[in-house]
Amino acid sequence: MSEHTDRIEANLNSEYEAGFITDIESESLPPGLDEGTVRAISARKGEPEWLLDWRLEAFKHWQTMEEPDWAHVKYEKIDFQALSYFSAPKSQADGPKSLDEVDPELLRTYEKLGIPLHEQKMLAGVVAVDVVFDSVSIHTTFKANLAEAGVIFSSFSEAVKEHPELIKKYLGSVVPARDNYYACLNSAVFSDGSFVFIPKGVTCPMELSTYFRINALNTGQFERTLIVAEEGASVSYLEGCTAPMRDEYQLHAAVVELVALDDAKIKYSTVQNWYPGDADGKGGVYNFVTKRGICKGVNSHISWTQVETGSAVTWKYPSVILKGDNSVGEFYSVALTRGRQQADTGTKMIHLGKNTKSTIIAKGISAVNSENIYRGLVRIAPTAAGARNYTQCDSLLIGDTCGAHTFPYIENKQNSAVIEHEATTSKVSDEQLFLCQQRGIDAEKAVSMIVNGFCKDVFKELPMEFAVEAGKLLEISLEGSVG
Amino acid sequence: MLKVENLCAGIEDKSILQGLNFTVNAGEVHAIMGPNGAGKSTFSYVLGGRPGYEVTDGTATLDGVDLLDMEPEERAQAGVFLAFQYPVEVPGVSNMEFLKASVESVYAARGWDVPSTVAFMKLAREACAKVELPLEFLKRGVNEGFSGGERKRNEILQMLLLQPKLCLLDETDSGLDIDALQVVAEGVNSLRSPDRGIVIVTHYQRLLDYIKPDFVHVLAGGKIVKSGGPELALELEEKGYGWIEGVA
Repeated sequence: MSEHTDRIEANLNSEYEAGFITDIESESLPPGLDEGTVRAISARKGEPEWLLDWRLEAFKHWQTMEEPDWAHVKYEKIDFQALSYFSAPKSQADGPKSLDEVDPELLRTYEKLGIPLHEQKMLAGVVAVDVVFDSVSIHTTFKANLAEAGVIFSSFSEAVKEHPELIKKYLGSVVPARDNYYACLNSAVFSDGSFVFIPKGVTCPMELSTYFRINALNTGQFERTLIVAEEGASVSYLEGCTAPMRDEYQLHAAVVELVALDDAKIKYSTVQNWYPGDADGKGGVYNFVTKRGICKGVNSHISWTQVETGSAVTWKYPSVILKGDNSVGEFYSVALTRGRQQADTGTKMIHLGKNTKSTIIAKGISAVNSENIYRGLVRIAPTAAGARNYTQCDSLLIGDTCGAHTFPYIENKQNSAVIEHEATTSKVSDEQLFLCQQRGIDAEKAVSMIVNGFCKDVFKELPMEFAVEAGKLLEISLEGSVG
Repeated sequence: MLKVENLCAGIEDKSILQGLNFTVNAGEVHAIMGPNGAGKSTFSYVLGGRPGYEVTDGTATLDGVDLLDMEPEERAQAGVFLAFQYPVEVPGVSNMEFLKASVESVYAARGWDVPSTVAFMKLAREACAKVELPLEFLKRGVNEGFSGGERKRNEILQMLLLQPKLCLLDETDSGLDIDALQVVAEGVNSLRSPDRGIVIVTHYQRLLDYIKPDFVHVLAGGKIVKSGGPELALELEEKGYGWIEGVA
């Protein structure tokens, strides 16, 4: 291996910035999973009977399911009995009434992460944030402003209490409880998450955002996000994720459901930076997530954008069911793996309606000893006359001990459909680095420029406030600069 | 300015340069010619600091400062510019972004004022005009989809912007048609100055019709075996290298 690669790899093996542990008293359920656990979570949240029944049914079904093994990833089997399924900061036991009641240690945690909860400090008032710490939602900002516009943005638990009719109507309508192993587990034991409802004709006046953080040891995080945009409504939503450095694996099995009615538009962006484990592959987050949206109405539009730099193992396929005629689904993804990270990620575009359109742009960057997999499905049903798909998958390799794989599946049952697929694999070469260096640009900066250039098509899809952040995150992941 | 003494270097245990001596004073233009495999490109790469080349003996200094100890980017910052024989593509990184990062780094290191974005754009546009590259090339990825001639002109564009102390041109004429050759030569000639040294590494006399060297050297078997004035290039063109002592 060349000197160049060695040096870059030294940088790539750098520290994880968000890896600190918050020293806070937590109340957790003891490890273990049985019907009693499910009942305890539901009781802890004071849930109505119908929701408990929904959970119990999911749990019953989950017990009959097998953990899937088709993904191109290797990891230690999860001992579901060794995990705790609920953890909440103790001072939050009764729920904070206002920010003043939130444990200052928690506030400091979020400040360290660059997420101030005091509204006046927040990005000049353009973003509202819901914050989820371990199993509970800590605080949602700008609720009053949003309510004026008729927008509901709250923690999932709160929504169950205040808008049970909406939850009952849409929960599990896109990702059914029995959908897959992890989604089913989530349905049984989910603890909290975010709920967004944009009524008919309303354009959400600000970006909505949720920050998730796993803190407690041996705790699984199982949140649910549900976003509903009624006729002609539109919303842009962003989630960010971090976790402390722990030697043990942490399980994150979330479910996200999006529903877009006629002419509605939902843009969902993720910047995922869970702890990836150390250079030898010890610790890190298992990120087994089910994300799916349905373009239920005509002319509706769902767009997923993800920048994935964290997690030890990622297993995630944000998908769109294009049911309404003329609806549009998009997937823009940057997945960066380094160290011993493994990512098996991609999307599914299910075309059911006429003249439905989907675009997939996936950029995988692998470095050091990591494995980066794109797996995607484009399915055109017989009903989807005039459907179109364009897919572009590009892989960039840094060094010569990493891997990139592409598994595109295309199923077409409609003669009038047009499907395009392009794929490329390239390498950050010694020649490119030397060219940059010979022009006075150091190797770290050169790699960061090359990688950012490679990701340009995806970054431009992120909300502006976060495009810069994503570029910076990649740079940090690559450079290992501290602070 | 550039002083190379007894330089011995190679790649992967293969010794290529075997005691090379070479001096360039400010204001001079030198041409290095020689048969295939003589070590011409190795010499350029070793001075540029390309990883993989190992120096086993000798020294190379620029204005008394040891070059061989520096990282490649430090040599660039010290004023060494290597125009590549085959400039590679850097897809997705716009030429403008690349040039700006380069200018900022080199200017700062040399203690010059780093131009504002507006001033930089002006400089870049002027340089484009000089090498006859349309302005849209600034927006395209570095060398992405450029023809051979466009890549070489892009190299000269970078050289014009960076105003190096020492310009090393490694077979810049290869793959150029006559028109492009003239443009490249004009760019190089415009950089001739009493405080700059220029070294042209080439196979053929052709480029030297446009850039008149002060000195011509023959590199063979890893060292300079003959030096002379511009007339030496013409003699080589006529008689080849066989007659020179030391050429195998």
